Formats: sequence, C-alpha cells, structure tokens
Amino acid sequence: MAWLPDLIKACYFLAALLFILGLKRMSSPRTARGGIVWAGVGMLLAVVATFALPDLHNRGLMLAAVLIGVAAAWWSGRRVAMTAMPQMVALYNGMGGGAAAAIGAAELIGYAGRSVVLIDGGQFTANGGSAPSTPQVALAVLGALIGAISFSGSLIAFAKLQGWLDRRFVFPGQRVVNMLVLAAAVVIGALLAAGHLTLPLIGAFFGLALLFGLMMTLPIGGADMPVVISLYNAFTGLAVAFEGFVLQNEAMIIAGTVVGAAGTLLTQLMAKAMNRSLGNVLFGNFGAGGGVAQAIEGAQKPIEASDAAVMMAYAERVVIVPGYGMAVAQAQHKVWEFAQLLIARGVKVKFAIHPVAGRMPGHMNVLLAEAGVPYDLIADMDDINPEFPATDVALVIGANDVVNPLAKTDPASPIYGMPILDVADARQVIVVKRGKGTGFAGIENALFYADNARMLYGDGQAAAGALVAALKTLDA
Amino acid sequence: MIDGFLALYIFMLAAFTGYEIIARVPVILHTPLMSGSNFIHGIVLVGAMIALGHAENSFEIAIGFAGVLLGAGNAAGGYVVTERMLEMFKTSKPKPGSEGAK
Repeated sequence: MAWLPDLIKACYFLAALLFILGLKRMSSPRTARGGIVWAGVGMLLAVVATFALPDLHNRGLMLAAVLIGVAAAWWSGRRVAMTAMPQMVALYNGMGGGAAAAIGAAELIGYAGRSVVLIDGGQFTANGGSAPSTPQVALAVLGALIGAISFSGSLIAFAKLQGWLDRRFVFPGQRVVNMLVLAAAVVIGALLAAGHLTLPLIGAFFGLALLFGLMMTLPIGGADMPVVISLYNAFTGLAVAFEGFVLQNEAMIIAGTVVGAAGTLLTQLMAKAMNRSLGNVLFGNFGAGGGVAQAIEGAQKPIEASDAAVMMAYAERVVIVPGYGMAVAQAQHKVWEFAQLLIARGVKVKFAIHPVAGRMPGHMNVLLAEAGVPYDLIADMDDINPEFPATDVALVIGANDVVNPLAKTDPASPIYGMPILDVADARQVIVVKRGKGTGFAGIENALFYADNARMLYGDGQAAAGALVAALKTLDA
Repeated sequence: MIDGFLALYIFMLAAFTGYEIIARVPVILHTPLMSGSNFIHGIVLVGAMIALGHAENSFEIAIGFAGVLLGAGNAAGGYVVTERMLEMFKTSKPKPGSEGAK
C-alpha cells in the first residue's frame, strides 16, 4: 500500500485543480452551472481521499458527522426561498469558519496535551520529546482567530438578515471596547504561539475571538450586510488556508487562499460601489454621523395603482428599479409579469440594478433570473444612468437609499458620495413603498418629495399585483 | 513536510489566481460566485476529518466531531445553494452573446 499516500496526494491535487477551473467557469454566465459541478466533483474526490488516509481513528464518528452535516445542510439549502439566499450563504460560511476554528482548537489542545511533530505526508505522530514549531502554532492560532471571528460574526449576520435581530446594537465607546477585546485575543494568541499552551489560555483565546466577531457585527446595519458577508467569506477562506498549512494539506491551502483572495477583491468592489472604505463600513457606525441633515421641502404625493398602470401603459420607455423591498415582498414574479404585459403593449422595459441593491452583490439579478427575466433586459448603473433623461417612467420597487438624490446634494447625509441610480432624471417616477417611514438606514429620501415623484403605497407584491390587474382591465 | 518558502510560494500564486479569476466577473454573477467560493472553502471539511481522526480523548473527539459537522454543512449547503442559483440562470433564455452585464 505504499502507493496510497501518493494516490491521496494526487486526489488533493486534482481537487485543487477542479476548484480553480470550477471557479473560473463560474465567472461567465454560460459556463457557470458547469463550474459548480466541477468544483463539487473536486470536493467529493478530496473527501473520499481523506477517508482513505492511513492512521485515522474515529472513522465511524467521522462518517456519521459527515452524513448528518450534509443531510441537514442539503435539506435546508433545498427548501429555503430564493429571497433568503443571503442569510443562508452567511450561515454556511459561518459553519466553515467554525470548522476552521475547531481544527485550530483541536490542534492547540493536542499540542497542549502532548508533544507532537509533523512528519512528511501530512500525518501526526506522537513523539514524546520535541514540541511543535513556533510557525505551526502561530498559524494554528491565526487560523483559529480568523475562523472564530468569521463564525460568530456570520451567525450574527444570519440572525440579522433572518429578522431575528432587527435593532442595531450601539453604545458609547463601542469601537474602543471592540479594539480592546481584539487586542486581548491577539495578546493571548501571541502567548500561545510563544509556547504557553495551557487549556485556560486556549479557552480564553477562543472566548475572546468569538466575542469580537459578535461585537464587531452587532452594530453593522442591514444595508451593509453584503459587504460584511463577503468579508467573512474571505476570512473563512484565509482561516482554512492557515489551518491547511498546519495540517500540511495542499488542497486546503490552495482552495482557502484562492477564496481568501477572491473574497477580498469582491469585498473591495462592493465597498467601492457604496463609495465607502471597508473601514468605514466596519467601524463607521453608519447613520450615526454628525452634522444636520438638510430639511426636505414638500410632501409625498400618493398615486393609485390604476393611474400608475395607465401612465406606464402609454409610456415609451419604462425602467424598473428593484431593491430589497422587492425581495422581502417576494414580488419578483409579479413584477416580471407586469413588465411582460408592458412589453406586449410595445413599451420598452429595462431593469436597472444598483451594485449594492439588496443584501448581497447581485442579489437582485438572482431574483430577477428566478422570475425568468432575460439578461439583456437588466442594466448596470453605469449603463442605465445616461438613459434616465429619455425615460418616461421610472418604477422604483422597494429600493430606497440607492435612489436617494441626497447622496449627491447633502454633504451631511451619511450616504453622501455614494453613486446612485439617477431615477429623478426620468420624466415621472413611481415609488412603490410600504409606508412613509425612512429606509433601512433611517435616512429621509428626497426623491419621495420630488415634483415628478408619485408614491404607490403598499407591499411590493400587492402593488405589483394591482398594477397587473389594472393593465389587464385596460386591455380588456 | 512543505518547506516554509515553498508554502509562501503556494500562498502567493493561489492568491493571484483567486484575484485574477474574480477581477473580470460581471456583476450579475457576484452572488453565485460568492456562494461558489463559499462552497469551495468547504474543503475545511477535509481538515476537520483529519483533526477528528487524530483526536485521542473525548474532549478532542467532541471538538473534531463538531468541526466535521460544521465543515460538512458548509460544503453541502454551499453546493446546493450555488447550484440552485446557477440553475436559474440557465432557465432564462439569453440571446447568444448578450449575456453578462457588460
């Protein structure tokens, strides 16, 4: 069986290759579906190969844990609604972070309990005399720190998106307290890496790391969640890579690093789309900024669904701007039905999507795709903004901050400087909105008071349904 | 074992690979891609299995078991969710050459 370790290594190599190729295929819409299958094959290969590793104990438990974990996740992933995708991604990501932290914990406790060394082939051998090398312990500590932060942070993100935690948790001096918690975790981690491997220290280290993830995520508002989830995704990737170094597992190193780098870039792209730095998202206490916001003149002017439908039925160009409200109301199918009726009447309809609309980058694209909207009707912010002046009606459904003109005009506004969709340039704007309140960020929206804006109050689904019904009576 | 500098080289090259792959992705695929990369770090399952396989007392076994459970959840959940999202992209019928945001 001398060939077995080589065969296992070959499987890990193939898995890493399949991950990279799969990710590459996922970056183009045409090949995307094959991409995840390729990556899936790689994962299967790596897991089966790991079962075959010699010198492993507890194989029965291992199999049981794999089966339970897979079954539970598969079941939950199958039945969750498309609109709940962001929190599911956060949840699964947190699980990965937790697993990385668990590896770190197991290794550190192992180091503490007995002296071990790593030998070639990625296996552990008990070896009475020599202690683990400092870089190994340091990497185990680092991976565990990042993994634990990603774990507790992602769970908070999940709870927030699920609506279990709808209040932002803010107190004076929060940043200082958070930094102290992190600093304490880092100091204890450094002690561990320096060889003070005792169980109480290890326990304190994990407690502080988990606490920091919790406290760092609690004050972040729902609108910033896409950035945060993406960041934790990168964190988990890095944690996996570090624990991969500790376990000398090439597949983990490569897959973790690729995800860490890709996730970091994705996070940057998203923060840039909001015109804010990452630090500002994480520590900026969004919406709590100083300065007096401009008072907004005028009143919100309501409109009936039938009038709105007529207005759009006789328009030449209509641009539909969906936001998180459409996702909450599950209105994407009704909205597309309405758009199809308009198209049948000869109206040119397009969907405009802000890069950070929804709770995840591309969130709206996914929902519209689910409803069956073809790609060529969906436009990016940069492509659609010059077209608004030639647009007869802009229909805003459940979007708020991404269409708020204050981002351009009011330096005191917390969203000042964020690029927005210039819907106010359209001849008429119809805003579907549940009530008169402010959006998630708690900021007044000057668009709602603009002369050319009309408010269609109601839940997104009900409003879209009313528009469809009104159009149908018009045709009858 | 992997020599320290070799490890650094692997790290550097893998990081560039991840960066380059994402750099040219249309916005439309950001969600599936984040979800897909979320699946790929499910490889942590392999590490958790190794940790459980080397656990010697019940405390270590408990931690290893939890790790495998979480890792398996990450991998399976990440796969299902990504596949479901990408499946939808297939059903909408784009004209050839017009897909993508740019």
